[in-house]
Amino acid sequence: MAVAENNGTGRRASPRFLKVLVKILKTLGSVLITMLGLMFVTFLIGRVMPVDPVLSVVGERAGKDVYDAAYRAMGLDKPILVQFGYYLWDVLHGDFGISLLNARPVAEDIKRVFPATMELATLGTFFGVFIGVPLGVVAAVKRGSWIDQVARVVALVGYSMPIFWLGLMGLLIFYGILGWVGGPGRLDIFYEDLIPTRTGMVLVDSLLAGDWTVFKNALSHIILPASILGYYAMAYISRMTRSFMLEQLSAEYITTARVKGLPERTVIWRHAFGNIKVQLITVIALSYANLLEGAVLTETIFSWPGIGQYITTALLSADMNAVLGGTVVVGLIFVLLNIFSDLLYQVFDPRAK
Amino acid sequence: MKIFKNFAMTVAMGLAVGMTAAPLQAETPPNMLVIANRIDDITSLDPAESFEFAGSDVSRNVYGKLVNFDPMNLDAGYGPDLAASWTVSEDGRTITFTMREGVKFASGNPVRAEDAAWSLQRAVILNKTPSFILTQFGFTPENVKDTIKADGNTVSITTDKRYATSFVLNCLTATIGGILDKEEVMKHVDGDDMGNTWLKTNTAGSGAYTLVSWKPNESVTLQANPNFYMGEPAMKRVVVRHVQESSTQRLLLERGDIDVARNLNPEDVAGLEGTAGIAIDSELRGRLMYTSFNQKHPVLSKPEVRQAMKYLIDYEGMQNSFLKGQYVIHQNFLPATYLGAVDENPFSLNIEKAKELLAKAGVSGLEIEVGVREAQERIEIAQSLQNTFAQAGIKLNITVGTAKQILSRYRARELDMYLGAWGPDYPDPHTNAGTFAYNPDNSDEAQATGLLAWRNAWDTDGLTEQVAAAVVEGDRDVRAKMYADIQAKFREVSPFAIMYQKIEQTGRRDNVKNLNLGGAITAVSYWPVTK
Amino acid sequence: MSQTDTRKPTLREWLLTDTPTSRFHARMAALYNGWLTLRSNTMAMIGLGILLFLLLIAAFAPWIAPMDPLAQDLGGRLAPPGTDGHILGTDSLGRDILSRLIYGSRITLYIVTLVAIIAPGVGLLVGTVSGYIGGWTDAILMRITDIFLAFPRLVLALAFVAALGAGIENAVLAISITAWPPYARIARAETLTIRNSDYISAVKLQGARPLRIITKHIWPLCISSLIVRVTLDMAGVILAAAGLGFLGLGAQPPSPEWGAMIAEGRRFILDSWWVATMPGLAIFTVSLAFNLLGDGLRDVLDPKEGGS
Repeated sequence: MAVAENNGTGRRASPRFLKVLVKILKTLGSVLITMLGLMFVTFLIGRVMPVDPVLSVVGERAGKDVYDAAYRAMGLDKPILVQFGYYLWDVLHGDFGISLLNARPVAEDIKRVFPATMELATLGTFFGVFIGVPLGVVAAVKRGSWIDQVARVVALVGYSMPIFWLGLMGLLIFYGILGWVGGPGRLDIFYEDLIPTRTGMVLVDSLLAGDWTVFKNALSHIILPASILGYYAMAYISRMTRSFMLEQLSAEYITTARVKGLPERTVIWRHAFGNIKVQLITVIALSYANLLEGAVLTETIFSWPGIGQYITTALLSADMNAVLGGTVVVGLIFVLLNIFSDLLYQVFDPRAK
Repeated sequence: MKIFKNFAMTVAMGLAVGMTAAPLQAETPPNMLVIANRIDDITSLDPAESFEFAGSDVSRNVYGKLVNFDPMNLDAGYGPDLAASWTVSEDGRTITFTMREGVKFASGNPVRAEDAAWSLQRAVILNKTPSFILTQFGFTPENVKDTIKADGNTVSITTDKRYATSFVLNCLTATIGGILDKEEVMKHVDGDDMGNTWLKTNTAGSGAYTLVSWKPNESVTLQANPNFYMGEPAMKRVVVRHVQESSTQRLLLERGDIDVARNLNPEDVAGLEGTAGIAIDSELRGRLMYTSFNQKHPVLSKPEVRQAMKYLIDYEGMQNSFLKGQYVIHQNFLPATYLGAVDENPFSLNIEKAKELLAKAGVSGLEIEVGVREAQERIEIAQSLQNTFAQAGIKLNITVGTAKQILSRYRARELDMYLGAWGPDYPDPHTNAGTFAYNPDNSDEAQATGLLAWRNAWDTDGLTEQVAAAVVEGDRDVRAKMYADIQAKFREVSPFAIMYQKIEQTGRRDNVKNLNLGGAITAVSYWPVTK
Repeated sequence: MSQTDTRKPTLREWLLTDTPTSRFHARMAALYNGWLTLRSNTMAMIGLGILLFLLLIAAFAPWIAPMDPLAQDLGGRLAPPGTDGHILGTDSLGRDILSRLIYGSRITLYIVTLVAIIAPGVGLLVGTVSGYIGGWTDAILMRITDIFLAFPRLVLALAFVAALGAGIENAVLAISITAWPPYARIARAETLTIRNSDYISAVKLQGARPLRIITKHIWPLCISSLIVRVTLDMAGVILAAAGLGFLGLGAQPPSPEWGAMIAEGRRFILDSWWVATMPGLAIFTVSLAFNLLGDGLRDVLDPKEGGS
């Protein structure tokens, strides 16, 4: 409805404004289509999974009558399109349904688990970018030097190591033996429920509440899992940065710039690096989105109540409301990040026009 | 290659350090009990609905019952709790409970006979999964207002025929026997749900604790109930934190960030033994590990084949290796410590004997599929079976799946062979007899999916009648003898090979005292715990 | 090799010619040139060496493996490396870890090869077509890509395996299905930057058809970024297969799939570290090899950087 109204007012506006408006509408349309497709595919998956959602609710002992009652109460006796219709209707009203497994609104669950993942992923990506990008640039510039080799080994080792092993060893050494960092979980149990939940991200919440003790405790807990995820992000980002940089450095305009006598620093950072920014942002966005999806193994080892664990547990128990809700949220963020990097392409990269 | 060598060295050194260095100690507050456990099986905290292990742990500490177990003396059996005493009518069908005076719910409301009657009626009317524990006595949503009645300070329960009184009372100690604060629940009723939606995530009981929060897959927090009639417990707060991995639980325990670790595997238990400040408890639980053979299978249904299978299991080998300390050989369907339990374990690995039996049945080139859920110890048992079966010429294909996936096929009678665990629902022999050896209608149409005998399409060879007779026998010794007889026959002819009974090994900081997990009959009790 | 050389002494010259006599000749010459470049890259050769070694191990597993990978010995379980001839120790059921690793190399190679062909293949096709043609085709293909990309990977993989049935082949398919969208996006991004270049315009002016432009002129330019991505993805692929195995949807026991071995061994990580670490090292080694080789190949395959 809002769309139609916008169109009405837009007609009287300037052509440029109209163009932008059409663009926005198109983007909105594509987001809608993607989300709808995502929901429908997820919904279908829920139906083909050979896991019985009714059993999740009633348990192993249930007799036939209890089972049948639950089956009907869950609406499973209706045609699949009808079921999807009902679901869509509810989602449009902001209702993701009730989790079969823990009997509470899925939206509430997601509000709880997603900030945990977001906190971890953001910090991880932060590490990844701030170490990975400079490392990649230096490795490309000093191609073949010992720095390049070290950067290569560091990245490849990180990328090739099973994460649960690294996680457990990290816990054993830095928590178990040295006691430098906090253990599994987001906070020591003693600190839980001390500060009001605003964003759901403990680091942010404790800052908002001005509680430094809680902040420090939260930081000591998040630092290890975030570093480990950051290591992985760093490996990927530094390799891609190096690859992009090499491509630029061998281009003619760089040679021209060097011949013109521009300082090497300017050549590298202004010209070469300036040209890979957009590609790099795509890579970083992809890597961030991957971490947001939830690093299931890391979350398991560090008892981190994030969305990856949430969706996986729900999936294995055929708690489809929870899976759908989680998938929609993760999916939406993916789509938004993609649109964001698409826009960047069009705004900053002259070649894409 | 040098990298790898260094890498391996670093690893080895790190581990060596890990083994020897004494971890720095942290400590939990003195009036707070912190437990690491797997709590992802909680689906509801409503006693009329809750049915899983971690849920029972919460329920037991939150809800009082008419009769209950004393955690400091489990062997004594059930005793008075919210009911101070009871009498049995002459025909044995009616039990009348007199309520304890002066007991209050956590809300401050008095615990009345009215609350008790309503709670039990409610469980019958809601008809959730565990309702069979009550409805097996003939209660139906239609008649329950007449069969379970409050009258002044007493509650009376009238069963459809005479049952062993111990059977009825044992059933009331199950989670479903929890007594709710009717006034409090009525404030949260939604339609005709009798407060079910609210009670899934909230509690209204008279037990030692009240629920502060349940964050699924994250934690359960309980707080001491100042109105608890036995006196407010020493531990003012109990936090159960969900920690999936055994190794993580071990690290937390070593560091002193938790007081108790409940899911340690045998290797981590061995690693913790001798650590200063940590004690290991072993407690026999009621859970059985068994494997069963579908009688719809043309070969598996031959009596000799059923027998042969029982000789193809390396009971000893598994018990002494990867199951060490956590499972003990037990080949009968009643767990040790139950009325009628027997400790005869006649089967052991005997390939020659099995081959003989198979030859007698004219079996060769048998290939079967076993379904098992994705728990490592079960997958290992399955692989051990695969190994011993192969020695007798049977090819065993293992299908691993999620719990629900395997269970769906098992309930649909689709698996040749199933490998899994079974835990008793209430501390009476009928709980297991009524599922392993009871199957009144073996047809596909009967859909008695709750019965293990039905799932394996076994008509019980006449044991059904014996089980039905045992459950109404009033004399305790006669009843025990009847179960012993049923199990003797069951061992020989049934398509079930019961293998082990579970021992739960718990790591705890040694300043934690009086933690009782509930043995084979009930769940954990936090109120006697001191530090 | 030496045999071929002696029988055709002119082969080297033929390959190094500046004046190819046929299309086939030209291609062979280009390939040989590439090989020479690659050979000069030590790191890449180490990677290639490891992978060839792995191939040999897989091919001759029955002759190399010191013991039966399935033979159990509950009495000798969790023996540390070096005990009783178990060079890498034994696992929870007393099976020889080295023998299991050797047999497991077959499964790993199989999975990796298939995924490395299917996923980038599909991604490349979708990405370049979408980027080059644009318009509605782009919109539709990118929406589909978005839908798949937006899925949490495990959900999608699980669902496909669940629908198709457990097993290695289906696990490969499931992993490929979850792995292609990033390739498609990268390929599209590359195509967008190449599409309007003078070079492509020139080819267009010569009257080349879109199909030809995509396959002959755009694909080669996309391949370098894809190869970097594929090689960096391989460890992930192996671990994804392991993840499926862990959930019972990949290799079924007692199959010695490396990932499943890790899953089995992770329980003992604090005391019997070798059970999970050995297969972990195997995966580590192989993916490192892929990475090294991929890096070298990139230099060879990237026409933007080519020596000529």
